[in-house]
Amino acid sequence: MGAGHAHDLYRHADTPLHRLPPQCKLVAVLLFVLAVVATPRDRFWAFGVYALLLAAVAAVGRVPAGYVLRRVVVEIPFVVFAFALPFLASGPTVDVLGVDVSRDGLYGAWNILAKGTLGVVASILLAATTPLRDLLLGMERLRMPQLLVQIMQFMLRYSEVISGETGRMKVARESRGFQARDVRQLPVVAKSAGALFIRSYERGERVHLAMLSRGYTGTMPVVTDVRASAAQWGVSAALPAAAALACAVAWLAGA
Amino acid sequence: MHVPDGFISAPVSVAAGVVAATGVAVSLRGARRELDERAAPLAGLVAAFIFAVQMLNFPVASGTSGHLLGGTLAAVLVGPFTAVLCMSVVLLMQGVFFADGGLTALGVNITVMGITTTLVGYGLFKVLVAALPRTRRSVSGAAFVGALVSVPAAACVFTLIYAVGGTTDVALAKVAGAMIGVHVLIGIGEALITAATVSSVLAVRPDLVHGARGLARTLELRDGALPTASAAPTAPAAPTASSTTQA
Repeated sequence: MGAGHAHDLYRHADTPLHRLPPQCKLVAVLLFVLAVVATPRDRFWAFGVYALLLAAVAAVGRVPAGYVLRRVVVEIPFVVFAFALPFLASGPTVDVLGVDVSRDGLYGAWNILAKGTLGVVASILLAATTPLRDLLLGMERLRMPQLLVQIMQFMLRYSEVISGETGRMKVARESRGFQARDVRQLPVVAKSAGALFIRSYERGERVHLAMLSRGYTGTMPVVTDVRASAAQWGVSAALPAAAALACAVAWLAGA
Repeated sequence: MHVPDGFISAPVSVAAGVVAATGVAVSLRGARRELDERAAPLAGLVAAFIFAVQMLNFPVASGTSGHLLGGTLAAVLVGPFTAVLCMSVVLLMQGVFFADGGLTALGVNITVMGITTTLVGYGLFKVLVAALPRTRRSVSGAAFVGALVSVPAAACVFTLIYAVGGTTDVALAKVAGAMIGVHVLIGIGEALITAATVSSVLAVRPDLVHGARGLARTLELRDGALPTASAAPTAPAAPTASSTTQA
């Protein structure tokens, strides 16, 4: 359990990107996304530059494009919203394929699609090249409060256990003929949620007692120290620096 | 309702990030008071519970299903500070590891779905519990109202943030109408399942429900004569498994 769960998104490999300390990657991704969000939406070339940067990062980390594309589906609800925008927004209209749509809405849709997709891809690349546990260590190195990091560690370790319980309760319900058809079945779902809460809470109490009996004093021992050298910070600064440059040029030079 | 990157302008995202960080910092202190040194494992497990419960879909109307946000539920069950922490951690996880909700929009997401739902839901719950008679039924009723209002309230706060830093020019009235309209419906589902969940936990382990702390009667010492065998004493926290489905 302590050995770092391989989670949904992580792809094991040994590349320079995988070897980079997690805190460097976290900061780099955050700054990159900030630069993307701060870019004016009508500088189309800048978004091309960002996409190329991400493609380069993916190539270094040997993350295949198909893998990234399959993961982008989390974005779908907002894509739907973006496609509705040209019809919802007000202001001057333009003619697209014979349909009058709002010019501003079209820009808005582009804005959300481009920035949202770049953000999602950046997060996917981060998660694909960094094990969960390392990301948490990285957050700790970035001075995130210890208690918060511990809570996240527990959540990660036990989310599979709790999801497993949810799954078994679902099987148990359905093997007794339960089918969630409409609102009348809600009490059953709620009682399952209640039972799940009690089980989770009691497990938390047992975990706490087990930790106490092993000498827990409120802080977790540091087993692996992930220090980052100046050189590593320098390497990981390449992505946000390039993005910041593109952003600055976009602001100054225009379309 | 997970907001992606680019939906809210950069300055407003940063401002919301500051609000969220402040809220989390305050909650970290409060959670230590609520749970003392058990905070880490218990809040972690409750966060895992919220994460799992969000996957529990319930049918709303023909064909569509909704799921719980869980802010009010967590606040009633484990206390408001721990609830904010749990919700924030769940949102952080979804943003960082599952790319659901943008990194720069994390502040907006935590402010709207974590802090607002918890504050509004728990605040209303507290007021109602104080006003109503001290029974289990009124605790679940208060949880119902709290959850019912918390979801549209979150939608209102989102609309407010959108009004300040939205990147599209959709008329504000349209956004407000759509957001609040949809979330009133979601709120009804949230309220039903929150109330039912709280009442089912109350039936089994009333001692675990943070919002029902004042409910338990103190045990009284009886002296001398033993009660007759037929009159079973009414212990406050007697686990009665009869009314639950322990699947």
